[in-house]
Amino acid sequence: MRDVAIVSVAQSQHRRAAAELNEVEMIQPVIRAALDQVGATISDIDFTCSGSSDYLAGQAFSFVMTLDAVGAWPPIVESHVEMDGAWALYEAWLKIQTGAADTAFVYSYSKASPGDLPRVMSRMLDPYYAGPLWPDSVAYAGLQARAMLDAGVTTEQRMAEVAHRNREAARNNPNAQVVGSASVEDLLAAPMFSDPLRVHDCPPISDGGVAVVLAAGDRARDWAERPAWIRGIDHRIDSHQVGARDLTTAPSVAIAAQRAGVDGAFDVAEVHAPFTHQEQLVLDGLGLGDDVVVNPSGGALAANPMMAAGLIRLGEVATRIMDGSVGRGVAHATAGQLLQQNLVCVLEGGD
Amino acid sequence: MAGNRVAVVGVGQTKYAAVRDDVSLPGLLREAVFRALADAHMTMDDIDAVVVGKAPDFFEGMMMPESYLAEALGAVGKPLFRVHTAGSVGGSTALVAATHVQSGVHDRVLTIGWQQQSVSEAMWALSFPIPFQQQLVAGAGGYFAPFIREYIRRSNAPDHIGITVALKDRLNALKNPYAHLHEPDITFESVRDSFMLWEPIRYSETCPGSDGAIAMVLASEAAAEASAASSGVPPAWVHGTAMRSEPATASGRDQVNPDAGKECAADVYAQAGITDPRRQVDVVEMYVPFSWYEPMWLENLGFAPEGEGWRMTEEGATTMTGDLPVNCSGGVLSTNPIGASGMIRFGEAALQVRGQAGDHQVDGARVAVGHAYGGAAQFYAMWVVGSEKP
Repeated sequence: MRDVAIVSVAQSQHRRAAAELNEVEMIQPVIRAALDQVGATISDIDFTCSGSSDYLAGQAFSFVMTLDAVGAWPPIVESHVEMDGAWALYEAWLKIQTGAADTAFVYSYSKASPGDLPRVMSRMLDPYYAGPLWPDSVAYAGLQARAMLDAGVTTEQRMAEVAHRNREAARNNPNAQVVGSASVEDLLAAPMFSDPLRVHDCPPISDGGVAVVLAAGDRARDWAERPAWIRGIDHRIDSHQVGARDLTTAPSVAIAAQRAGVDGAFDVAEVHAPFTHQEQLVLDGLGLGDDVVVNPSGGALAANPMMAAGLIRLGEVATRIMDGSVGRGVAHATAGQLLQQNLVCVLEGGD
Repeated sequence: MAGNRVAVVGVGQTKYAAVRDDVSLPGLLREAVFRALADAHMTMDDIDAVVVGKAPDFFEGMMMPESYLAEALGAVGKPLFRVHTAGSVGGSTALVAATHVQSGVHDRVLTIGWQQQSVSEAMWALSFPIPFQQQLVAGAGGYFAPFIREYIRRSNAPDHIGITVALKDRLNALKNPYAHLHEPDITFESVRDSFMLWEPIRYSETCPGSDGAIAMVLASEAAAEASAASSGVPPAWVHGTAMRSEPATASGRDQVNPDAGKECAADVYAQAGITDPRRQVDVVEMYVPFSWYEPMWLENLGFAPEGEGWRMTEEGATTMTGDLPVNCSGGVLSTNPIGASGMIRFGEAALQVRGQAGDHQVDGARVAVGHAYGGAAQFYAMWVVGSEKP
């Protein structure tokens, strides 16, 4: 395997509705910032890959227009995934592994604000049996939380603690949308939103994006003083059928973690758990000890731009390695609903 | 070509039709998947990763449907990857699947391209409303017709070229049992007299909308040799892969003969050691949704000098008995499940060099080109496959 590193990360200021911007206008400054940080232009990039969703944009082929934000002229080598940007990064990493590219540019974004996101998300479900019932994504997550509570895997207290810790951590994240939290006691005094979930158990709805530059070997050392080396990366998927799954586990997290080489000590973990009860499932799947700092950014509970929130987790770990504050971290991204699909990436400083 | 060797060892296609209401969506995909696995002498258990491509999710009214399809595709516990690059997506998906092997990460990758166009109305789905785009055209044909007219103006091509292409591809389709359109009574006159949809594109010079799926198994060198030893069918070795993209609107962009297409072709030929494409390539599966794109792409891909592509068509060079047969399968003009159409080109190219194309086989084909394009003629994907190891 070639040594490949994240050498630049930029994010938007995530917010509930970037109403005055279209997707191109929203992502263009983020793209510019990520390239500027390494003094590159798109002509220095061998391969570009992006992630987005037509359903969130409300338009077929919506990603075509964001090529204007990249400035793909003269023509570039480019691809797109209808997935979170973490998977676009995976494709770019594969491309660099083939030797056909030494540098790659990855970005992802969404504007969920024009639609009713929880209802839009129901269009992901089995179109014959589940989709026609229009179960929104919050209600769906509630099924999982209920299963975990009933199985004694988590408690409402623990879920509130997760909400409190993440949103308090977000005070140090200039890109976060939801910052700060009431006390755990006060959170638990709030009424149910979608029983057994309270509002604090749910992620915000966010507009935003992220861009990342990847480079191999010496190119990475040229572009960054402390590249965040990708030591392992893997992704796996579980069954879609809620009736066929044990919702109190996420087996694909554990497989991906094992394949990505999650082993030994980590300084930091950024996990993509949109709902409070899901953080524990991810951490259990990763098999991390109690000494790891989890989600210093505030995670998806502080800002959850669909299609970007997973890649942002990789970016948050990489940023901390690049600024020298941590030596080794693990990042996790999820896709689908109820942690169906999971990607795990081990990042490290050093040579 | 960069990275580890990769070959196609299995190809499976559904019967394509306007409506495949005899099967569920998972059933449609599994029809192609099991044929590809049988061709490769493999089962789902042998597959390391699954790479799926399709065009807009709005066509079926399902958001990222591969998460729902995970079990039907045998992907549970494995990596499942979804590509979407507009009309070129079938080709791009095959290339991303190839990357999974070329990188050395996986040995046996299942890739699938599909679309169920009967569920929606693609023409209006592709007529973007304000505020996304200026409302100028109806459907892809409305978008591309002005560029075809400009091609005719530049090249002085006679009117019958488009008719000639449509007739050839539809007659070729009669030799392909999977093709959607089987029109045994088609004639030059019937194409000529079909009604004008988007000047100069007539109804019979336009692709249909189809339901269907294609699946391929891509394998590393060792896995390909093991599969071939078991199945007795030679692999189609990948000799080059290339993608290019350019913006829909850029000052100075030539939409008749786009730079991205020229650069994509030059890149893939360089990898495959092709310096004289017309002489060295035996057969081409080219993305021709409207008849006139055959001469236009013959020029864009370097098979004819600029302005001369239509002469190859007129002289019969692109018929099955010509020196550069194009779209022996019947092409997009006979079968068009959009998300699969690019991969069908790539898969048909592989069938030709494996000697598996049946009645539309070109005798002795050793080097074949698969080509796909998409968006506003701005996304390109190509591969070169050969009967010999690169």
